[in-house]
Amino acid sequence: MSTNKRNFVESLWDFFCSLKLSISLLIGLALTSIIGTVVPQGSIPPEYLQTISESKFKLYQSLSFFDMYHSWWFMLLLYLLTVNLVSCSIKRLPRVWKMVFEPQLVMDEGLEKSLSLTHEFKISGDAVTKLKDFLASAVATPVVTETDGSTHLFAQKTPWCRLGVYVVHLSIIIIFIGALIGSFFGYKAMVNIPEGMAVDTVYAPGDKAIKLDFAVKLEKFSVSYYNTGAPKEFKSILTLIENGQPVKGYEKVPVIVNDPLSYKGITFYQSSYGQSGEGSLYHFNVSRRGGSGGAQLDLKKGEQVTLNGGATLEVLEATQDVRQFMPEFSGPAAKVLLKMPGKAPASFIVFKNHPEIEEQRKGELVLEYAGADEKLYTGLQVAKDPGVWIVWLGCALMTIGIYMAFFLSHNRVWIRISNGRVVMGGTASKNPAAFESKFEALVEKVKALK
Amino acid sequence: MSSSLLFNVTTFLFLISTILFFVFLASRNSSIGLGASLIAFVGWVVETGAIILRWKESYEMGHGHAPLSNLYESVVFFAWTIILIYGLIELKYKYRVIGAFVLPFALLGMAWAQLGLNSGIEPLVPALQSNWLLYHVITCFLGYAAFAVACGISIMYLIKAKAEGDVSSEMQAGSVIGMFPSIRVLDDLNYKAIMIGFPLLTLGIVTGAAWANYAWGTYWSWDPKETWSLIVWFVYAAFLHARITRGWVGKRAAWLSIIGFAATIFCYLGVNLFLSGLHSYGGGGK
Ligand code: HEM
Repeated sequence: MSTNKRNFVESLWDFFCSLKLSISLLIGLALTSIIGTVVPQGSIPPEYLQTISESKFKLYQSLSFFDMYHSWWFMLLLYLLTVNLVSCSIKRLPRVWKMVFEPQLVMDEGLEKSLSLTHEFKISGDAVTKLKDFLASAVATPVVTETDGSTHLFAQKTPWCRLGVYVVHLSIIIIFIGALIGSFFGYKAMVNIPEGMAVDTVYAPGDKAIKLDFAVKLEKFSVSYYNTGAPKEFKSILTLIENGQPVKGYEKVPVIVNDPLSYKGITFYQSSYGQSGEGSLYHFNVSRRGGSGGAQLDLKKGEQVTLNGGATLEVLEATQDVRQFMPEFSGPAAKVLLKMPGKAPASFIVFKNHPEIEEQRKGELVLEYAGADEKLYTGLQVAKDPGVWIVWLGCALMTIGIYMAFFLSHNRVWIRISNGRVVMGGTASKNPAAFESKFEALVEKVKALK
Repeated sequence: MSSSLLFNVTTFLFLISTILFFVFLASRNSSIGLGASLIAFVGWVVETGAIILRWKESYEMGHGHAPLSNLYESVVFFAWTIILIYGLIELKYKYRVIGAFVLPFALLGMAWAQLGLNSGIEPLVPALQSNWLLYHVITCFLGYAAFAVACGISIMYLIKAKAEGDVSSEMQAGSVIGMFPSIRVLDDLNYKAIMIGFPLLTLGIVTGAAWANYAWGTYWSWDPKETWSLIVWFVYAAFLHARITRGWVGKRAAWLSIIGFAATIFCYLGVNLFLSGLHSYGGGGK
């Protein structure tokens, strides 16, 4: 076939069938993927913007570097990979299929010459029966073919492992299909729920509201800590409500990190938490230094309260456990802003467990912090992905396919018997050295048959 | 006896083994070679004990978890998997000299862990409290270790191939290089090590995706660590295909294997040191 006779379609086909293209695509994907691990993806932090020049920023933006894994050119590489995979398989599969399902049953001279492992010997008595039984016990039940004057036996092991490569390639396409289904019919969203409240709307990126056909109520949220102060567990107690009724089996379900809750294909994951400004009350006792008794105060965050004497007090921040910020202290603490008449405003921290700190402040007023009735909110990640099972199917197939392709070998043994002369030949699709010793062992056993 | 004492003993044994391997290369004395690999395996057994002991110690501290949760523990485990994979290949193919090019990786890991990393046993943050951590880390690191062995073999390949180009074979026979397996065998062993590593890395990526899906609802989010593991996977997939087309065995395959291991190391350490993302818990120097 001369090159100039080939038309465009044929050379395009050859291009898509070539392994050179696959290697280039795999290396190309590896190299371009690096960009997205160096350049920030999605929302760009302002600190990053300061490190690059305007022209560079414009260039990156025009090349979609800030969302490169969804850019047209990265998708193009993935589509090319898919086309390459499919064409390669279409081209090669028929030959392999034939080898698996229509094996060559007869070892003719051409085949015999091409085999590196052959052995010739003599055998007495009913050679065919003896060798048939031998192959059946040592390899697999043989197929017997009679041709002019000769009898041919053929036995093989795990021929289907030759399909392993195609199982791997198919699995990649299945994973792509699962991912596409997920991106078209699924979503990822977030929702914050304050304690005691129920919501039925979650928010996808870009504040796109998605209404669920049931509501999620946060009964309670809690955080526990190790004795080092590091967080141990974030726990939301959730109840699902449908048509105004709690859903059976979905009442007061604890949801923690690494243990989500799923209902009707929608899954809720513990993701973040915080103080819900609404409804929290912070309890203080304020007295004059040296005086006794004092006044109980219940403050809301951000609210300025005037004390008798004209001073004002405001809670700026508070925490249930100060250890995470100040490891030398423990327990609840509040940061307050105190304005004494005629003096500069002072901001300081009051600790429930450490009244001595307030002693040391030597202010005119002494504050005691009695803790808070704090309301927390939980941040849940909400995901729906109908394609995920297809992705897992693909992953399972890939594992099986790789096992077939790497660790199983298609072993074939032929025997030709003509006029008392016996020739045995064999070949394996993998690990020729190991097969050679197997074949030699077979020869030894055959010799012992006599 | 504490686990940290046993880890020190392990490091010391790997050091002795590495030195003996170099003496073996220089002297070509096969009983020194035998000693070198025996000491490496004794070190591996001691390290196994140390890892189990550390596991027990974490239970005694009241927050028991498998010792695979921070950089120190992972480096130590990496050294353990390297010796394991090397041991399997040595038992199967009987090319002891490969140890001289593999033991240094394990020694480097142990020395870095013992001298440069914070070895405190910390409780697990909520994100890591999952059995998936175990499946994910074990498969990934076994894969990484196989790639480390493949890289050592590829370095031997390049040295041997260069020497064969430079000097005549009689001269070679008398030198260190003469002890190396033939380049055909090295090429084949490189492929075999990658055939162990590639399925394990694949399982590592799949278990990581399964865990991410279970914990966050997304099996893939293009976080730098995920992306780098995929880059490594692409490189070795390219290696496997390259072998099927003629002209890519030999030197180019050896280089691809070395590049693949460099990418592996970047995926393991570089991402934590230079980039940010979901896996940043892996950091934690002194
Ligand atoms: C660009 C797309 C791809 C094409 C065109 C392609 C093509 C091929 C071809 C033609 C073979 C050789 C089959 C034979 O023995 O005749 C092969 C083998 C193989 N492919 Fe692919 N492939 C592609 C992508 C991938 C990917 C992404 C993987 C990742 C897992 C993969 C995994 C394998 C494996 C494991 C083998 C067997 C290699 C061996 O036995 O050493 N392929 N591929």
